[in-house]
Amino acid sequence: MTMSGGAAPPVLVETPDLDAGTGGPQRIQRRWGRRVLTGFCVLVFLWLFAPLINIVAFTFNRPLGRRNLTWNEFTLENWAQPFKDVTLTSAFLRSLLVSAVAVSIALVLGSLMAIALARYRFSGSKVTEVFLVLPLTTPEIVMGASLYQLFLNRNVTLGFSTIVIAHIMFCVSFVALTVKARVRGFDWTLEDAAMDLGSSPWRTFRKVTFPLILPGILAAALLSFALSLDDYIITDFTKGEYVTFPIQVNNQFKISFPPQVNVLATMILVVSVLLLVLTSLREDRSSVVGR
Amino acid sequence: MGMLSPGVIWLLLFFLVPVLILVKASLSSTPRRFIPPTFSWDWSNYTAAFSQYQPQFVRSFGYAGTATILAILIGYPLAYWIATQGGRFKNLLIGLVVVPFFISYLIRTIAWTSILSDNGPFVGLYRLLPWVGSDGRLLATPWAVIGGLTYNFISFMILPIYVSLEKIDFRLTEAAADLGSTAWHAFRKVVLPLSMPGVFAGSLLVFIPAAGDYINTYYLGSAKTTMIGTVVQDQFLKQQDYPQAAALSMVLMVIITTMVLIYSKFLGTEGLAV
Repeated sequence: MTMSGGAAPPVLVETPDLDAGTGGPQRIQRRWGRRVLTGFCVLVFLWLFAPLINIVAFTFNRPLGRRNLTWNEFTLENWAQPFKDVTLTSAFLRSLLVSAVAVSIALVLGSLMAIALARYRFSGSKVTEVFLVLPLTTPEIVMGASLYQLFLNRNVTLGFSTIVIAHIMFCVSFVALTVKARVRGFDWTLEDAAMDLGSSPWRTFRKVTFPLILPGILAAALLSFALSLDDYIITDFTKGEYVTFPIQVNNQFKISFPPQVNVLATMILVVSVLLLVLTSLREDRSSVVGR
Repeated sequence: MGMLSPGVIWLLLFFLVPVLILVKASLSSTPRRFIPPTFSWDWSNYTAAFSQYQPQFVRSFGYAGTATILAILIGYPLAYWIATQGGRFKNLLIGLVVVPFFISYLIRTIAWTSILSDNGPFVGLYRLLPWVGSDGRLLATPWAVIGGLTYNFISFMILPIYVSLEKIDFRLTEAAADLGSTAWHAFRKVVLPLSMPGVFAGSLLVFIPAAGDYINTYYLGSAKTTMIGTVVQDQFLKQQDYPQAAALSMVLMVIITTMVLIYSKFLGTEGLAV
């Protein structure tokens, strides 16, 4: 899920201009092949964006009944009152809180694991790596169900803390693997150099190690925040009475689907896209400086 | 290994231990209703899992398998196009692939119900097809569920394939062309084999969440499209038949973990951590 391509491989050679010179049935065939491919990809992008277009368009709809799923007429009312549905807004704030707490803790635990794994070879590192991958390759429903059994056996009341525990669990793996992928090939002798020059271990970490792993940590933070905010299945099993945003949307869907859901979703979309653009600009700049 | 242990301990406590508890629960039995299950090496939950819930298992793996194949057929050409034709817009285009996934998975799925609904924009066109009657529906069909699964998890296919294609030195295809190979032949013999790790990783990353999903079938399907996730969720949170639900989860987990272990044996764990 490295979306903004932090580790873009060096471009070895410009793609040769295969169209140079015309003629030859093969070249014509190849050009047609490329046109078909481009057309196909445009269609795929339309498909990928269809629900988004639907969601954004329906923020401007005045719903006929209680469910904003059929187009009626244009209105700006929903944007004038984005937080009108109080249960929805408070569920959204609860989701933000869960994700903020879970991601902060997972970032610390996961980054430490990533550094340890990338830096030291030790017996059992292979096993640890497989162990790290397992939570990502286990169906969410199995993890949710097993946590549910654990909490039930220990008579733990389900709620905020159990959701956070569950979210940390899947975020830790995710952070550790993302950060590890980015610090691979990192020159650890820089740390020795700093210490040889009289820097204390803490200062070395702060001035040398941390700035170098920061882009990886930022990417991991952004992605695991998105995963946590969006999580439905594991939260379904660990939620108790604590209702997060996706759970609230699902709970009230049978009765109502207010346009404020679309407005909130559109807001998340805009903020995420801005963050994506900002981080990719940052990475472009740092990679230029790095060279 | 002070740095490693906090994370490892967390995963032991909240991943491994719960799974073991689930194993134990799956071998327990409930003599009477409303009495907590006791451990008794009771394998009947497993036999029931196969005899009673076979249709749901078949559907889950069938839908997830079809969604995975569709994701390859749609995702591979897109990743290839971005990697080879993207030029300086590569990062932007890959960013665009990910943007839809910033909107909640649940809300995206609900948006599909609006698009595919009987009042939606496409059902009219669909009914014009010669083999579809005037009462044809897009929503509440197996294909709507498969489409939802494909849509919701396709970025997990596109990204690993893109990463593996990006690593390829496309001078190799030039070399192949110079040696008299046709474009298709060069693709099949050079590019495709080199990008297979991405395809395998993507297949696992799409298949696994799809097989355990119960949201898509709930919103886009009908009572005839229930999957194993639906049953597990229902048994745990509504019926509270824990031993049976645990056995169903374990069967799902064992099948999937076997696939993952075979994968990591041959290709390592690197590709799964995109």
